[in-house]
Amino acid sequence: MSTATTHAEEVHAHAHDHEHEHHEPNFIQKYIFSEDHKTIAKQYLIMGILWAFVGGSLSILFRLQLGFPEMQLDWLRPILGEWIDESGKLDKEFYLALVTMHGTIMVFFVLTAGLSGTFSNFLIPLQIGARDMASGFINMLSFWFFFLSSAVMFSSLFLETGPASGGWVIYPPLSALPQAMPGSGLGMTLWLTAMAFFIVSSLMGGINYICTIINLRTRGMTFTKMPLTIWSFFFTAILGLLSFPVLLSAALLLIFDRSFGTSFYLSEIYIQGQALPNMGGSPILYQHLFWFLGHPEVYIVLLPALGMTSEIIATNARKPIFGYRAMIGSMMGITVLAFIVWAHHMFVTGMNPFLGSVFMFLTLIIAVPSAVKAFNYITTLWKGNLIFTPAMLFSIGLVSLFISGGVTGIILGNSALDINLHDTYFVVAHFHLVMGSASFFGLMAGVYHWYPKMFGRMMNKTLGYIHFWATFVGVYCVFFPMHYTGIAGFPRRYYSFTALGNGREEAFTDLNMFISIAAILTFSAQAIFFWNFFYSIFKGKKATQNPWNSTTLEWTTPVEVGHGNWPGEIPAVYRWPYDYSKPGAESDFIPQNVPYSATPESNLPEENEEIANEKAIESLLAAQNESYNR
Amino acid sequence: MNYLIGLLSVVFFILAISVIAKSMKLNKNLAEGEDESTPLDSSNNSNAYGMLIFWLLGTVAGVWSFLHSLPDFLPEAASKHGIDTDKMFWVSMAVVTFAFFATNTLLLFFAFKYRYNKNRKATFYPVNHKLELIWTVIPAVVMAILVFTGWRTWRDITSQAPSDAVVIEITGHQFGWYVRYAGNDDNQLGNQNYKLIDETNSVGIDFTDKNSFDDFTATELHIPKGKPVLLKIKAQDVLHSVYLPYQRVKMDAVPGMPTKFWFTPTISTDEMRAKLNNKDFNFKLNCTEICGRGHFGMAITVFVDEPADYKKWCAEQKPFLATNPSYLEKVPANLKAKASKYIPAEPIATDSTATAAAL
Repeated sequence: MSTATTHAEEVHAHAHDHEHEHHEPNFIQKYIFSEDHKTIAKQYLIMGILWAFVGGSLSILFRLQLGFPEMQLDWLRPILGEWIDESGKLDKEFYLALVTMHGTIMVFFVLTAGLSGTFSNFLIPLQIGARDMASGFINMLSFWFFFLSSAVMFSSLFLETGPASGGWVIYPPLSALPQAMPGSGLGMTLWLTAMAFFIVSSLMGGINYICTIINLRTRGMTFTKMPLTIWSFFFTAILGLLSFPVLLSAALLLIFDRSFGTSFYLSEIYIQGQALPNMGGSPILYQHLFWFLGHPEVYIVLLPALGMTSEIIATNARKPIFGYRAMIGSMMGITVLAFIVWAHHMFVTGMNPFLGSVFMFLTLIIAVPSAVKAFNYITTLWKGNLIFTPAMLFSIGLVSLFISGGVTGIILGNSALDINLHDTYFVVAHFHLVMGSASFFGLMAGVYHWYPKMFGRMMNKTLGYIHFWATFVGVYCVFFPMHYTGIAGFPRRYYSFTALGNGREEAFTDLNMFISIAAILTFSAQAIFFWNFFYSIFKGKKATQNPWNSTTLEWTTPVEVGHGNWPGEIPAVYRWPYDYSKPGAESDFIPQNVPYSATPESNLPEENEEIANEKAIESLLAAQNESYNR
Repeated sequence: MNYLIGLLSVVFFILAISVIAKSMKLNKNLAEGEDESTPLDSSNNSNAYGMLIFWLLGTVAGVWSFLHSLPDFLPEAASKHGIDTDKMFWVSMAVVTFAFFATNTLLLFFAFKYRYNKNRKATFYPVNHKLELIWTVIPAVVMAILVFTGWRTWRDITSQAPSDAVVIEITGHQFGWYVRYAGNDDNQLGNQNYKLIDETNSVGIDFTDKNSFDDFTATELHIPKGKPVLLKIKAQDVLHSVYLPYQRVKMDAVPGMPTKFWFTPTISTDEMRAKLNNKDFNFKLNCTEICGRGHFGMAITVFVDEPADYKKWCAEQKPFLATNPSYLEKVPANLKAKASKYIPAEPIATDSTATAAAL
């Protein structure tokens, strides 16, 4: 601790000599069209939270139908209007719209934009020691394209024909033919428009993240000294950059099929008493293109959560992350493999079974780096000295959910077993645990951990604990039982299970009711967070500079981080980010900007050799300042 | 049900109480002042015990709910490959449940055991290559075994159907299934074309193909027990998916791209009724690919008959051409004689005059 403070003071003592010009930004520049990465991050976060509320509410609506199929929903008519039919039930097409929009919103708007958008923006410059993103302007555009996309997607909820309803994967021909369902009319047009904007936003963000990480690291911040958060954002951005354009092309071809009479996905269709002229297209082509993004997308939402968790667990276990290089290696392995496993979503779509075999092998390989990550987290806890901040609790929750949801992937990735389980609640349980809940827990962990840096104030910890326990128990209560209905063969996206016959619906009536009640309680518990978050922005306890005694660079900035992040020189980096509880050291953490020459008592032999490099690192200062003044 | 709700409310209630108690204690401690050098507070131990309690309650709830749901899972598979995949499923399930339980136990137990203690320092333990190698190799080996057995089963399931398989065409549409049989004479499905679909000829049978003449359609699926059955799967409008839950059969129906799935049913409807002691039991064919408003109700009944019964049922079915003789006019002249055999004697006269008149 003492070393940290002295060094921080040293940094402050430096003359304010860099020539970065400081205009006082007006309100609009500061809070709305801001080019500051921290403001953009907060904009993403608040949008993400609002979207999460919308996406969550939609799921509660369809859980009412699934848990209480007999319930009269007339009381919802003031909000839903005609979507409640004459008999007081949810309209069957609206039910499909609900599941579609719930999926779209949660996957893209909450867990991609809300998670990666928030924390990549916020943490990359702060943790690598940069004054801002490589291009503040493109970064700002990225957010506003996301905003535009959000506005379009949100407006589609109010259409008379309803929003897109063909499932979040919008498989054609269902999504291509307005006569197949009303949601495939204007609702789908708006869905595609919104997603096109979203992809533009995501690409601009991703290019920026990659450029910033490669070019703007402070002196001494080599790749192997980067915190795992940055590594995870780096891989995430690469995944997004390479896979989102494929979704865009899938969407464009779909737009052509819908509006310009092409037949990319359409062939031999007879619908509503009419044979369509389209010949030669293939709906399977769309599925290949979609899942070429769709599968990496899973890791796009998961990797940032895993990266932040690594950081939070190490900090609060007061212990270095176990296997730093193995963690990077696993993430790299996951990133590469993520591109070549997509067709495991398509085992029973009529794709050549030989392809199924290939993708089964590749899919189960990806379980290995995932397992390594889980083991490394557990070993990091071993013989630690654990401080259960809300962020730490959510991180431990993430690891638990990541494992619980991950193991069933081994079953689903086996094409022979997937035959029976495909498109059942087993799949729903699997991905809601491993991708939905785990990433959501990562998001929450990140918010609780970096809140003091974002807003200069602390969130209420006790409310954080209540929020965690209610959510952790709740999420398991909601998704764990879904495995059972899955094994019992209940297909997903079913309005009701009456057609299964043989008393199978009745056998799980209780369970479905239980899941719905648990979902409602878990969703309600998020109100605690909502309140804590917004209340603490204004009334929270003032934060200290480094409230968690963490080693990374963001905690060397002042409590209220200004434009440019460091009022003086950007600190240099001399060591890796996980020097916690180092034997011989006085304090139980040594920040990254403390040189080895200042800590002779705790240096390992190979680290003493690095003292010789410190001069070289320091001499880069002029060049670094130069790069900002160009 | 009340039991379940009760259990859940109790869990939430206990949590709420314990946390409120903690927070009261916290407030007290705040007044006394805490160790300022760590972000620690007095709830640390409570949260650690929470991990232990979560593990305990989670284990009990997991085991109990599994045993409770077990009787309601799909019964024993009613097809040859289904028996294999079911066995593999439960073996894989055992492996992953073990992994799930072991790792979660370690996670929650470590979280509890290594909770903050002023008098202890965390162990600086950044890496151990041997350990990492072990836990990279073990999952890799387990995975390899699972994949290999899975792949062999998958290869067998997706292999070419035996040549003596009973061929049945099943066509999905919004929102139902059309079933067409190859007929009693040639066991060959005739051609089909979506442009020939009309109100009567709902699957678009092409009568220029002589194999079509004896084809018959049905609104339910009859299949013989113990014989390989090849489903030729089609879709007319949007994607659908053939799902026979009890036979563990699933394959998408794709417009413009015929798919197939072959299997051998092993349990007849009657046997299953006896087994489950349920006289009203029926196998079902459901749809598992979202296809619109009526998706959830898109089901037909499946009858698995003893081979003799199946033959009898088939013999009772009349070719499409016989019930709809007007389609004779679609048959090309050189095949008319062959097709006429299927037209019942009585209506032929009236019908041919009608055709003649029309001509």
